[in-house]
Amino acid sequence: MPSYSLTVNGRRRTVNAPADMPLLWVIRDLLGLTGTKFGCGIGQCRACTLHLDGSATNSCLVPISAAAGHRVTTIEGLSPGRLHPVQQAWIDEDVPQCGYCQPGQIMSAVALLAQHPKPTDAQIDEAMMGNICRCGTYNRIRRALHRAAGESAGAP
Amino acid sequence: MTTRREFLTTVSATGAGLLLGFRLPRRLSATPRGMAGDSELNAWIRIGSDDQVTLFVNESEVGQGVLTSLPMILAEELDVDWTRVRSEHALTDPRYGNQGTGGSSSVRGDYATLRKAGAAARQMLIAAAAATWGVPATECATEPGVVTHAKSRRRASYGRLAVRAATLTPPGDPPLKDPKSFRIIGKATKRLDTPAKVTGRAVFGIDVQVPGMLVAQVEHCPVFGGRVSRFDGTPALRVPGVRRVVEIPSGVAVVAEDFWSAKKGRDALDVHWDAGAGGGLSSATIAARLRELAPGGATAIRRGDPAAALGAAARRVDAEYEVPYLAHATMEPMNCTADVRADACEIWAPTQFQTSSRQLAAQITGLPLEHVTLHTTFMGGGFGRRAQSDFLADAVHTSKAVGRPVKVIYTREDDMHAGWYRPVAYNAFSAALDAGGWPTAWVHRIASPSILANMGPLQDGIDRTSVEGAQNLPYAIPNLLVTYAKADFPIPVWFWRSVGSSINGYVTECFLDELALAGGKDPVELRRHLLSDQPRYRRVLDLAAQKAGWGTPLPAGRARGVALHESFGSIVAEVAEVSLGEGGEPRVHRVVCAVDCGQYVNPDTVVAQMESGIVYGLSAALWGEITIDKGRAVQDNFDSYQVLRIDQMPLVETHIVAEGDPMGGIGEPGTPPIAPAVCNALLVLTGKPVRRLPIVKET
Repeated sequence: MPSYSLTVNGRRRTVNAPADMPLLWVIRDLLGLTGTKFGCGIGQCRACTLHLDGSATNSCLVPISAAAGHRVTTIEGLSPGRLHPVQQAWIDEDVPQCGYCQPGQIMSAVALLAQHPKPTDAQIDEAMMGNICRCGTYNRIRRALHRAAGESAGAP
Repeated sequence: MTTRREFLTTVSATGAGLLLGFRLPRRLSATPRGMAGDSELNAWIRIGSDDQVTLFVNESEVGQGVLTSLPMILAEELDVDWTRVRSEHALTDPRYGNQGTGGSSSVRGDYATLRKAGAAARQMLIAAAAATWGVPATECATEPGVVTHAKSRRRASYGRLAVRAATLTPPGDPPLKDPKSFRIIGKATKRLDTPAKVTGRAVFGIDVQVPGMLVAQVEHCPVFGGRVSRFDGTPALRVPGVRRVVEIPSGVAVVAEDFWSAKKGRDALDVHWDAGAGGGLSSATIAARLRELAPGGATAIRRGDPAAALGAAARRVDAEYEVPYLAHATMEPMNCTADVRADACEIWAPTQFQTSSRQLAAQITGLPLEHVTLHTTFMGGGFGRRAQSDFLADAVHTSKAVGRPVKVIYTREDDMHAGWYRPVAYNAFSAALDAGGWPTAWVHRIASPSILANMGPLQDGIDRTSVEGAQNLPYAIPNLLVTYAKADFPIPVWFWRSVGSSINGYVTECFLDELALAGGKDPVELRRHLLSDQPRYRRVLDLAAQKAGWGTPLPAGRARGVALHESFGSIVAEVAEVSLGEGGEPRVHRVVCAVDCGQYVNPDTVVAQMESGIVYGLSAALWGEITIDKGRAVQDNFDSYQVLRIDQMPLVETHIVAEGDPMGGIGEPGTPPIAPAVCNALLVLTGKPVRRLPIVKET
């Protein structure tokens, strides 16, 4: 079994895995980080969104062979020890219902704000339309994103 | 329910771990059981010496907020500081009666019991303080988290009293608070489970990890009702990481070290199936059979003389409405972890039906019920699907076969192909209008597979879930007939958010708008006229119409549609503003929702659930459809089973009628009115009724 090294949440990790094993399952089953969720396996729902070198990525579609050597951030590593402003905004707007899609939603939202600190509704649509929520929390997600954008602007 | 009322006599001061478990769970993080030194006042309440209050929830958190709303009820009567409250799922235990979450029943079903449980625990804390101080209990009072004795100016926190309180006999009939003094119930309260859900800490079923655990995928027969004929597991066993290949009743389980190895092993598997009788079924043959059965249905309700009224009609309107099978498509695919040993079985399940699941596990393993421990995990949506236990049976059978803890995970495709769908239905309507254009007769003939037939024979040939929302039509139409004909197909059907009302809300409210059009009436005017003796319905309808600006001009190309429906004790009216895009695809811009759910606990949850129910119903109305070809489900995943996304999300405004009427449910009643509200707007836009779902195939 080949061996791959990558940086996960700031730590260098080495795993033995078949080359085609998706990053999602490396993260969940081999590294035990279960905040990143499985929803569809074909890049349709983005429950598995994490950051690969800072970009929001469907981890179900990235084989470990392609992720090796890169930098991965999962929901667990987003803001260790304290809440990220986006997580705080999600709490303030009481966004989650079942909560299953929310780590993916938050990872997409953080990547959006990194690119557009004050996103328009159209930019939110474009960045977030890949993330399905079956509980229908979309309007609260939008409100939380705008709230987080306001708070980000106020931060030093 | 007697079992729930009897809690006071069955509560015990023993620690739950000792009382319930033959051994403590080995993986505490999956379901923490409160802190070890906490005192248990009853089945729902534990208090630590540090004043931390842990409240146990005997229902399943499927997203509807019970891990917050049920503790709010307990905390109100217990009189604690809400910031010191944490909550978690209770173990599956007869102390809670029959544990099952469905029918939008958690808050309204548990309200009285939980108030009593909170009040009883408060009395025990008072009694403990009184005994400690040597004063009469009647002279003591409470402030949040503290017992006080005004005369001697003594105070003691609940945390200091809990050990002693837990040894006392619970009072049989504790005094309850005057609702006017509520400071938690009825106030918008943030959910307790949000921090865990935004940090990735919440442990869903699929996240459970048990030492020594293997992961399995199960290859089920692609044809409904089929079975394994023969299989060769050898090629799968050659895949690195695959440990066992075993046949279980539902198919062939490939058991591996991780999900991906199980998948690759499964891809290599060579299985031959016996398709059985269902191999020739298609959506077309199913539709034809329903149409054939409908005229011979059993009578669910008959009022007046519908045949005579139809004969005497100034105008007669006939229509046929059809709805497809629907998958639940929860975000988290079905899964379950089971550890079956010779003398015990432990299960971690994202389940809505704990009690029956535990019984099923006892049956499969042959173990006494008390040797089966069932933990309820967080779950990524339920919508009724997790009230089924096919996935749990797969895990228990597989663990039993391999003698190791096993987590069975369905792929999205497995989940979508597994059945337990919302039933298909065919509806034939005939109505009579008098010379003034008012309805005088309504005949509704339903043909549909039966959900309740899964549990046993139907009474008088009627599945009450198939006629709910149809036989109790609120409108004052003097001559009424509703019939039901049961259809049998090997495709399993099950509860799907709002159940029969998901169908009957759509067909009755759309057909009513057809009558409005035929009789020259405004849809709101017609409903108001037919609801003259239904003040609660009228109040909800009027509120929605007023807030939506019914009758006021809209931008060109937009129209409004209205629908009104009662389900699970709550009445909901919705007005949708709709336009047609360039490709003819409808776009829903705004939904105004009015709900009368009677008395409520957390108004923010009521709003969230209305919105959620609307989105769920809108996805289904616009695109939802499981079609059948050669006995198999055609749709596989979210590419072929489209659901609503953020860019398609309408503005939703919810208005709560708060008049203190009896409590209704909130998890489901938001769903039924959205499909007819949208279709009725389309009727205005196109002049054509939408008589079949999904909408995108009709516009």
